[in-house]
Amino acid sequence: MKKSHIFMQHDAIVDLVDGMTHLLRHQLDDRGITEPAMIGIHTGGAWIARELHDRLGCSDPLGLLDISFYRDDFTRIGVNPQVRPSQIEFDVEGRDIILVDDVIQSGRTIRAAMNEIFDFGRPASILLATLIERGGRQLPIQPDVVGLRVPLQPHEHIRLRGPEQLTLEITQRG
Amino acid sequence: MARLEHNNIQLDSEGRLRHFLTIEGLGRDLLTRILDTAESFAALPGRPVKKVPALRGRVITNLFFETSTRTRTTFELAAKRLSADVLNFNVSTSATAKGETLLDTLRNIEAMHSEMFIVRHSQSGAAHFIARHAAPGVSVINAGDGRHAHPTQAMLDMFTIRRHKGDFAPLRVAIVGDILHSRVARSQILALNTLGVTEVRVIGPRTLIPTEARALGVHIFHDLDEGLRDVDVVIMLRLQKERMDGALLPSEEEYFRLYGLTNERLENAKPDAIVMHPGPINRGVEMDSEVADGPRSVILRQVSYGIAVRMAVMSLCIQTHAEVPA
Repeated sequence: MKKSHIFMQHDAIVDLVDGMTHLLRHQLDDRGITEPAMIGIHTGGAWIARELHDRLGCSDPLGLLDISFYRDDFTRIGVNPQVRPSQIEFDVEGRDIILVDDVIQSGRTIRAAMNEIFDFGRPASILLATLIERGGRQLPIQPDVVGLRVPLQPHEHIRLRGPEQLTLEITQRG
Repeated sequence: MARLEHNNIQLDSEGRLRHFLTIEGLGRDLLTRILDTAESFAALPGRPVKKVPALRGRVITNLFFETSTRTRTTFELAAKRLSADVLNFNVSTSATAKGETLLDTLRNIEAMHSEMFIVRHSQSGAAHFIARHAAPGVSVINAGDGRHAHPTQAMLDMFTIRRHKGDFAPLRVAIVGDILHSRVARSQILALNTLGVTEVRVIGPRTLIPTEARALGVHIFHDLDEGLRDVDVVIMLRLQKERMDGALLPSEEEYFRLYGLTNERLENAKPDAIVMHPGPINRGVEMDSEVADGPRSVILRQVSYGIAVRMAVMSLCIQTHAEVPA
């Protein structure tokens, strides 16, 4: 049996994105980065990235990454039925990249995303921003900017729904 | 997931593509899934690193009983772009010449932990035969069997059409030439009808259009100008010169006069019609160089799309191996 409930509605999520924008500006200042480029991970990460991209006024088009063919469990779970092409229309080489995802848990998605980014070129740096950080890390990867830390049980699953009205939904498995 | 009861050897118990042998018996959803997956790979040539790690450590074998350089090369490149290791067996020059049977060859290569066989054979049904005898966790992809089928060529043609025309529904497509001997044409007709185009026409001399063609749901034309009228897509087939001997055709010159595509004859088609050809072209036989190198020709794009489509088929098939212990 699966039980779901809405954890957070659109307006509250937008508030989190505003907070992330503020933290990102800080981080960029600290690092002396003036022209960051942004990449969002398909699907939820891309929705959050779109919001951040507008707020930070990045001049390059937003990059979109579908990491299906870079997953370490590809041959176990196969091709995602909603797979779509990755699109990065700026030159990654030497750029400071802000990588955006909706939820970080194991860290495997981020590892796959970084592998794919390096196939486009060698960036100067990558900064990681996630809307939600939850426990369950299996790799030594930590976000630099987080919208909200949510303590969840291993059997709980959090998911961002969108793209127009964003909601966060928690599902109990078991 | 529900176990499906079916007798289609191409699908696993969950209805997923395990072998890709023919378009026959595959639904629109599955063909669309292949095309959608190929979209992800079509963008790779624009990147500094043109490959993805999806099939790292997997072994894919080209098992070619009939010589073919370009088809084998595109399959090899597709496998390498998925990071698989590739074995090439040109069987006509290898062990079968020493008396080894087809099944012995198969078992030997399976023992090398190959999970996928790309098979080309001059006998219709050869890929099916190998698929029926393949061990669990092994997929077979048909790279052309006799006069029967060449499904990846058909799918790369469908991908090309979708890229240039978008929706299949309103399209009229003409296939011109030697339909009788063409495994490509058969697969194309099945795919076009499954994807729901408005009309499929075949155009060619009576001697080169099989009588059963009508049963595939096509309109038959023997006059090129008439057949090309208002079509959106023109697919030219290669005229296999070896067929000339069988008295099926008078001469290359005569064939070109009647069925060769020139810019003038292309005027009959829609102004934005595209021209396709599976290659290699016999210039001055199936079409004029002016057409082959002209603005409506998408022939060279077909070649690069072919790699993306073969990557899609390989990555979809290999996911059915998941439950099989290594």
